[in-house]
Amino acid sequence: MLLKDIPIQRKLMVIILATTVSALLLMRMVFFTYEFLTFRHTTMQQLSTVGEVIAANSTAALAFDNQGDATDILSALRTNKHIVAAALYNKTGELFAKYPDNVADILLPAAPGNAGYHYEHLALIGFQPVMQNGRNLGMLYLRLDTGVIMSEWFKNSILIAIVAIAVAILIAYLLSKTLQKQISQPILSLAETARDITGGRDFSIRAKKLGSDELGLLTEAFNQMLEEIQAQDHAIRIDIAKRRAAEAEVNKLNAELELRVANRTAELESANQELEAFSYSISHDLRAPLRAVDGYSQAVIEDYGGQLPEDGRRYLQTIRDGAQRMGMLIDDLLAFSRLSRQPVNKQEVDTGKLVRDVLEELRPQQEGRDLDLRVGDLPPCQGDAALLKQVWINLLSNALKYSRDRKPAIIEIGCNREKDGNVYFVRDNGAGFDMRYAHKLFGVFQRLHRAEEFEGTGVGLAIVQRIINRHGGRIWAEAEPGKGATFYFT
Amino acid sequence: MTDSNIVEILIVEDSPQDLELALRALKKANLANRIHIARDGAEAEEFIFCEGAHAGRKKENGPKVILLDLKLPKIDGLEVLKRIKGDPHTKTIPVVVLTSSKEQRDVAESYNLGVNSYIVKPVNFERFAEAVQKLGMYWLLLNQPPTVEG
Repeated sequence: MLLKDIPIQRKLMVIILATTVSALLLMRMVFFTYEFLTFRHTTMQQLSTVGEVIAANSTAALAFDNQGDATDILSALRTNKHIVAAALYNKTGELFAKYPDNVADILLPAAPGNAGYHYEHLALIGFQPVMQNGRNLGMLYLRLDTGVIMSEWFKNSILIAIVAIAVAILIAYLLSKTLQKQISQPILSLAETARDITGGRDFSIRAKKLGSDELGLLTEAFNQMLEEIQAQDHAIRIDIAKRRAAEAEVNKLNAELELRVANRTAELESANQELEAFSYSISHDLRAPLRAVDGYSQAVIEDYGGQLPEDGRRYLQTIRDGAQRMGMLIDDLLAFSRLSRQPVNKQEVDTGKLVRDVLEELRPQQEGRDLDLRVGDLPPCQGDAALLKQVWINLLSNALKYSRDRKPAIIEIGCNREKDGNVYFVRDNGAGFDMRYAHKLFGVFQRLHRAEEFEGTGVGLAIVQRIINRHGGRIWAEAEPGKGATFYFT
Repeated sequence: MTDSNIVEILIVEDSPQDLELALRALKKANLANRIHIARDGAEAEEFIFCEGAHAGRKKENGPKVILLDLKLPKIDGLEVLKRIKGDPHTKTIPVVVLTSSKEQRDVAESYNLGVNSYIVKPVNFERFAEAVQKLGMYWLLLNQPPTVEG
């Protein structure tokens, strides 16, 4: 419907005018119907009055059978031009006199009808009995042409209706024009405000309140809503600003952190390089003088051994032993420090095969021994094969070394499957150690046995622990002096 | 092989003690004849490529084996090795790196450059002597060098 799309002002006007016009039209129609009926009734009464007068006047002419008088009386009807035909009938029903003289026969009935008045098409027909002292002398016939009267009355009526409606519309229009403002003005102002806000995003604008009616309430509610929106908008703006500031802060901190990480990395790298240079120079420079000590001692023994007393030769030999031992210490220490730089290449390792290989390599340590080797089921694991081999070499050679005085020496190798993974172990019935010193077991150069009992540099288990740690595993030991030791690792 | 100009072994070694001990070991194995000694990388290159003080020497007069220390003053042992193996006249001379360095990268680099043997000097003199003697024997007596052209 188009009505819903037109502006509210015109809508209100249309509504008011349509209401006014339809009410007026309905009123007019009711009034018109009433007027019409009244008019017909009045016309009929007027004709019957004329009929009564004429009938009263015609009694003598009928009684005395005087047609001339009768015609004269009828001709008095001339004054009313709408009476188009009239006639008098005697008591036998014969035509006695007629009006006007040249009246068309078709307008006169052949015989009088029943007394009374009635409308027939556009004519009012009347039969008035002519009576004298209760005696019926005849019948008067009257015919009134209502067509012209009706049309005149109709024309006037329409004209009045049109003028009335036009005036009413004009008044309604003028009134509604002023009155509709009462409704449309606040709504338009609201709409205007809403448009301004959406256009400019300015929530500080307020709609003007024009009254205390529903529209006033609406305006008030609208303004209140705006107030809240403004407050929220403000809060959001502050929030956004805070968030931006926080973000900037985070970015700044991140940048600082990255810079610090980069600096630390560079420092670490340079420290690492220094360390590498350090171990390189150890490997070269510390061993060279040792070679000289050992070599020249040997040269003295070879060239001048005969001239030296027994003790002198023994001292020189001790010097050589010391030098060689220091060489071993340097080698082991280097191997240990190299471990932390070497990457761990994890892959599937067949532990069973690895242990068999290691035992084969350690064959010289097993020669001529009363040895009971018990190798259990060894599941494969993930790890660096070369590093894990070093672990097994160190643990198994330790087990062989510390059990060499036992007859038989029992070495058990196996694996316990536990819920957090496989725990491999190496158990011997050798020298063992006191659990009070277990915490020193894996330290570099830490030994729990005197050098003359069991040789060694004290690096082997430190290497084992470092390899296990680099695989993310754990190593621990259980032992009792004289009863042997068990090393577990995951 | 009686020409005294022919050098059979070139020892490049900066440490006087190591040098004396090496010479002692070679002498014991009767390999001490016709040994030339270079005390740093520059000297070694001058000798090998007949430059500077050795400009009058002929390249075909050896050496037959080079014992090369890696950590040398002036020019590094690996540089010397690189030059020897990069020169068509000298690349067939067997070079034995004899060093205290067990560093994996030194070993790998030496083999990359085409070294013939890599020996880590042991602290134990007997083993040191044994290594030097075996090397001398092997490369001088057992190994048949290809004919050097030019």
